[in-house]
Amino acid sequence: MMRERYLTAYRWMLLARISEEKYANLLRASKIAGGVFIGKGQEAISVSTAMALEKGDIFAPLIRDQAGRLAFGESLLDATRTYLGSRLGPMRGRDGNVHRGRPREGYMAMISHLGAMISVVSGALIARRAKGEPGAIGAVSLGEGGTSTGAFHEALNQAAVEKLPLVVVVTNNQYAYSTPTARQFACANLADKAVGYGIEGHTIEFGNDLSECMDVIGGAAQRARAGHGPQLVVASILRLGGHGEHDDAHYVLDTLKRSKTGTDCLKLTEQFIVHEGLATAEELERWRAAAALQVEEAVATAQREPAPDPATEEWCAISTKRLVDGYGGGCQ
Amino acid sequence: MSITYLEAIREAQARALSEDPRVYIYGQDVGAFGGAFKATKNLANEFPGRVLDSPISEDAMVGSAIGAAIEGMRPIIEMQYADFSTVGFNQIVNNAATLFWRTETKCPLVIRLPSGGTPGSGPFHSQSMEALYATYPGLIVMTPATVEDAYSMLLEAVEIDDPVIFCEHKYLYYHLKAEALPTEAMPTGKARIARAGRDATVVTYSAMVHEALAMAEELAAEQIEVEVVDLRSIKPLDTDTVLASVARTGRMLAVGEAWPWGGVTAEVVARVACDGYNLLDAAPMRLNAKETPVPYHPNLWGTHRPTAQTIARAVKDLLRR
Repeated sequence: MMRERYLTAYRWMLLARISEEKYANLLRASKIAGGVFIGKGQEAISVSTAMALEKGDIFAPLIRDQAGRLAFGESLLDATRTYLGSRLGPMRGRDGNVHRGRPREGYMAMISHLGAMISVVSGALIARRAKGEPGAIGAVSLGEGGTSTGAFHEALNQAAVEKLPLVVVVTNNQYAYSTPTARQFACANLADKAVGYGIEGHTIEFGNDLSECMDVIGGAAQRARAGHGPQLVVASILRLGGHGEHDDAHYVLDTLKRSKTGTDCLKLTEQFIVHEGLATAEELERWRAAAALQVEEAVATAQREPAPDPATEEWCAISTKRLVDGYGGGCQ
Repeated sequence: MSITYLEAIREAQARALSEDPRVYIYGQDVGAFGGAFKATKNLANEFPGRVLDSPISEDAMVGSAIGAAIEGMRPIIEMQYADFSTVGFNQIVNNAATLFWRTETKCPLVIRLPSGGTPGSGPFHSQSMEALYATYPGLIVMTPATVEDAYSMLLEAVEIDDPVIFCEHKYLYYHLKAEALPTEAMPTGKARIARAGRDATVVTYSAMVHEALAMAEELAAEQIEVEVVDLRSIKPLDTDTVLASVARTGRMLAVGEAWPWGGVTAEVVARVACDGYNLLDAAPMRLNAKETPVPYHPNLWGTHRPTAQTIARAVKDLLRR
């Protein structure tokens, strides 16, 4: 059972890595507009968050959660469609890259303003409680930079007051864009903040250790589900790339890159799998090839799909059509 | 028996809570205390577990309402003062307002903003925020001026499947009374001719409707007949009713309690100029509050905002143009 879960997690990590490498290539080939923001190095934390969730739970992923999104149930095609701007994707070209979701299915669509999605998930949990549908938990992803926002503080305090079954997973990847942690916060361990909110805190020392990630985040999720209130998990890792693909990350210190924290979680996971005999190197190769094929198919499909058409686009931001203020300034 | 504007808001919430199990109220001091203005008086008793005190966290208040709305609830958020909604601004304009367009997920929530000035309230308890929210696509902005509208528009706001910014005017809370709650409602999106007149049109909304009506009464004694248009909602803004009035009078003054730069009065003038240029016998005018923060002292406050007297002067200027 543990073996199966571990390998399942690995395969989501692998699919995330390969798909994001493909998106980065498509960006360089000018096939993607805007930006590509990848979760390279953070897949173990991300997948562990999603795999701690069950059907009916709520998940608000963030910028580096390709692995978690896929594990939560987003189709690779939906992810790919959003990057390529397909009209058939969940965002229909209206929003791109990491801002995708299907909120009515418990899969929240992040906005760029950090910390904002925590209270949204709290509200969804409050609704479940009000509707007499307990049992679900919510998980929110955030980076260490997001902990500096007022929204983070307000939301953690609110969740604590409401004793919500919420897991906030903070991935401290050492840089918020280019800002190092020393310029972001002054506390010894971000998980210590949990005490101040009256909630439970957990630390993952090495966010590239899939077993540790699954144990700690899974345990926090169990605590939340068992009625112990909000859980704050802080996982340390190094972002293995720039903020986005436009960023060469020249500012990342070599000492960090060479540190244990800077080691690639995917490689460590593969070494563990082979070393522990969970699968053979040949099996890993086959899975990698299968994932690459899956990505190519998703890209090919999304590329054949129609782009949004400004002529047929319904330029309407509200659902109540009779209340649209359709004033056009006298222009046709 | 009579009912105040504030009581109408309380009664609308009581009715929404009793008729729709999806409705709940969340805000600072709204529970057992009944709200800073008593707009939720006794509601926590009458509807246990559905009228909840929040921490002083406007961002999280709105954020949680969005999450609850996604899950099918109909939250009513009470901002203690409209001014404090700036702390929740991000959630309102970036999260709630974009949700439907981005994801086709409806976001039925109401944010009540106790708005506008009262004597002695000062810079941070007096603001008129409506134009700020109206500029963002995805929001509906209601600005009721009457007891009847306060009641029926709030009930309508709760039923609407989109985020509604409900700007209720604090100056009207106790001053304004009606004989009874309305049994019929005029739908949002339609402006109202609050007073008919042939010489000039004053377009306004919220508390300024009453300053405009007082002005019209005064000028009637001088045989000047002013038509007063109450916009009722500033988004959507009923351009047709404004233009129809201007077609009758040929002259238009837009009055607002908010600051002069941009805003509702500028929008009204722009629409009339663009679409009703040939209806005008004179250049349109605007009258707003002064270009400073809202002052504390009643002497200063009474001069900072438009009044029946300053509106009357502006109308006479308009008639000489």
